[in-house]
Amino acid sequence: MIAQLPPRQDVLARREPIVAGLRRLLPPDAVIAEAELLKPYETDGMSCHRQVPLAVALPATTAEVAAVMAFLHREGVCVVPRGAGTSLSGGALPMGDAVVVGLMRMNRILEIDYADRLAVVQAGVTNLGITHAMAGEGFFYAPDPSSQLACMIGGNVAMNSGGAHCLRYGVTTNNLLGLKLVTVEGEVVDIGGGHLDAAGYDWLGLLTGSEGQLAIVTEVTVRILRAAEGARAMLAAFRANDVAGACVAAIIASGIIPVALEFMDRPAIHACEAFAHAGYPLDAEALLIIEVEGSAAEQDEMLGRIREICLRHDPISLKISASAEESAAIWKGRKGAFGAVGRISPDYLCMDGVIPTSRLAEVLRRIGEMSTSYGLQVANIFHAGDGNLHPLIMFDANDADSFRRAEAFGAEILTFCVEVGGCLTGEHGVGVEKRDLMGVQFTTTELDQQRRVKSAFDPGWLLNPSKVFPLPVLSA
Amino acid sequence: MLLDAPADEAGVAAAVRAAWAAGEPLLVLGNGSKRAMLRPVQAARTLSAGALTGITLYSPQELILSARAGTTVAALHAAVAAKGQQITAEIPDFSALLKNSAAPTLGGAVAANLSGPRRVAWGAMRDHVLGLRAVNGTGEIIRTGGRVLKNVTGLDLCKLLTGSHGTLAVLTEITLKVLPVPERRATLVVRGLDAVRGVAALAAALGSPYGVSAAAYVPAVLAHRVPGLAGAAALVRLEDFSSFVAYRSERLRAELAAFGPVEVLDEAATLAAWAAVRDALPLAGEEGAIWRVSVRPSAGPGVAAALEQAFGTRWFLDWGGGLVWIAGPATAAAHDAVCAAARAAGGTWLLMRAPEALRAAVAVIPPEPAPLAAIARRVKAAFDPKGILNPGRLRAGA
Repeated sequence: MIAQLPPRQDVLARREPIVAGLRRLLPPDAVIAEAELLKPYETDGMSCHRQVPLAVALPATTAEVAAVMAFLHREGVCVVPRGAGTSLSGGALPMGDAVVVGLMRMNRILEIDYADRLAVVQAGVTNLGITHAMAGEGFFYAPDPSSQLACMIGGNVAMNSGGAHCLRYGVTTNNLLGLKLVTVEGEVVDIGGGHLDAAGYDWLGLLTGSEGQLAIVTEVTVRILRAAEGARAMLAAFRANDVAGACVAAIIASGIIPVALEFMDRPAIHACEAFAHAGYPLDAEALLIIEVEGSAAEQDEMLGRIREICLRHDPISLKISASAEESAAIWKGRKGAFGAVGRISPDYLCMDGVIPTSRLAEVLRRIGEMSTSYGLQVANIFHAGDGNLHPLIMFDANDADSFRRAEAFGAEILTFCVEVGGCLTGEHGVGVEKRDLMGVQFTTTELDQQRRVKSAFDPGWLLNPSKVFPLPVLSA
Repeated sequence: MLLDAPADEAGVAAAVRAAWAAGEPLLVLGNGSKRAMLRPVQAARTLSAGALTGITLYSPQELILSARAGTTVAALHAAVAAKGQQITAEIPDFSALLKNSAAPTLGGAVAANLSGPRRVAWGAMRDHVLGLRAVNGTGEIIRTGGRVLKNVTGLDLCKLLTGSHGTLAVLTEITLKVLPVPERRATLVVRGLDAVRGVAALAAALGSPYGVSAAAYVPAVLAHRVPGLAGAAALVRLEDFSSFVAYRSERLRAELAAFGPVEVLDEAATLAAWAAVRDALPLAGEEGAIWRVSVRPSAGPGVAAALEQAFGTRWFLDWGGGLVWIAGPATAAAHDAVCAAARAAGGTWLLMRAPEALRAAVAVIPPEPAPLAAIARRVKAAFDPKGILNPGRLRAGA
């Protein structure tokens, strides 16, 4: 179990009055304190860590969030904000002396303004729910994390979520206009709004990706985009990882920015094909999924140019999708990748390091060597255009030694990512998972600078404790 | 005025440490090309990053470039153009507007979060800053972000420092995402529309599937200052592969025909017209004060009209109508009216150019609500505990 700050005994001893206080602020069904009802909140998408919280509060309005925060602040109780609980880094893992503030009841879309190309939504609206609400008008919200059916926009803001299409459209932080947030003291503050680029400090940018360390977000103003006329995918299979990596570099160097450029290595290809029957070539060492957008003629032209580049890299096979159905089949394998690996291994850890794309082949070779030395299989799936790796390390959670080796393997991969000029996490966040590796990427001076910014928002360190910053937290 | 212009980051750190030890305020700048913006800084000593020059890393196939903060924007443009790429933020050059001939630097463009017309489609400068090195107000060297395209490790101090106008730290090196130069550029011009119809045309274009990369409206009185225009016009830019631009121009022309007669400007005319919009040249020759107001695009014409009626201000609109450039009398009354109009429209303002006395006397950017102002003071102290970096640049007493 990962180290946590020791639960504060004075808070545990006051559990009953704290729960009673919450019940005075919220409707009866919005405060959960019974052991069996708390169970679903004990973990998030990183299910190897579990901890039952002190209680769960489920406010339905910003005013209720503010009242809960003010109360907990007065009581000196820690808060763990939670959306859908899909974090892969333990970002919503409860603490025993903390109240989980879940925003899933704040699930209304408040405004869609097509002329000004924005939508105002509550934090508990799902990522895909935003796009679904305007599909009839041909608009969409661009960031598309794999969990987009379930994950909520508030959590996307907290983690600065990415997705497969951010090479063209950016990640969450590039697609926001405003936030309504509640401070740790329970004050409601509006940041940004319907306009671009407020003068003064970029609170919007700082809050995005702050992993619940600075405030709780209750409403989000997102930019919405008109969808392209159409999209089409192609598959390109290669004999070696470094050849596929060189092909990625050549595509980018040619001036083409595909909307998606995904990479799978041999173990990932096999796992996904067995799961999705997408027609992936099983004799390939590396497979690229490349997607372009535009009119039918534009798609043809761009795919033609990409095909020419691929042909210079001795491909085993090239397959340009001829229809929306074929494109969907190509994506089905990729989007189901985590589930596919779950079928061949009882458990897996999903890493999220980022590397300079020029170091791709070298990093994959090194991960292969680590796989041998740890005695654990790994499948590599990643966003090749931006160097965001997702090595899936397969292990057996019922075998303590296997889990320990998997964690050490993951840490070594991420450390190597930083060594070659990359970073620990591209889109999943630090959470508890990478907290103790932060010293690999940052100096103590740099971490102290970040801690002082955290303290400026949350002087008592009550928000999302034991996450992001290595313990002990208060050196500043 | 004492001027320090260290040749390297260690020199910057030493200069800040000395000022911190002495509790001595510093005017922090690059080459000082934007000193006429915002509030004047009262400091006996100036610290310039202008001598920190040079590109330290450029990897075109990874779409990244790192350069020291004092590298001129012109030098950067030349370097990326040689590889068929461009700085995505389309950095404006406000030399004419601010009546200053100093060469703008990358550090200044980042410190001011300067973004040109492409902002509506590809994001602001802050969206393209991947990593920073900087010296905080105690002389510590800090790095944030990195040299990769995706990075959510720790708090995003790149965003916080971008646009902080040297009040939190002295930028020493910046890593940017760059993008390929498009094969072809063209502009559709819809003539003879009033501002409300003009912005509606821009909204139709920006809401189309054709990847519009810029959208501006210029009223008749300023049209002669934009090459290619003869009267009031809504301008829409396309940038892409040649065949795409040809196809999309035709489709957009058909869609925009409902608003008025549409003409297409070729590549050369497109570059000239958008350089003028980018650099706010329609207002550069105006006397008095210059403001930038940012509102919802559909609110732009209303803000512009109200101020024109009250003060005879001149204006044009970028960013689909949401960025209102205003020139008017350099008086507190006019400034108050600009602020009130921006606030009423739910937007924000920035006093871009004015005599020093006015800049020192008014809120050059909107005041923050009390809880946020308290956080802002603590954040400032988290970087600059003695308040020595550009004191008063953004707000009086901060």
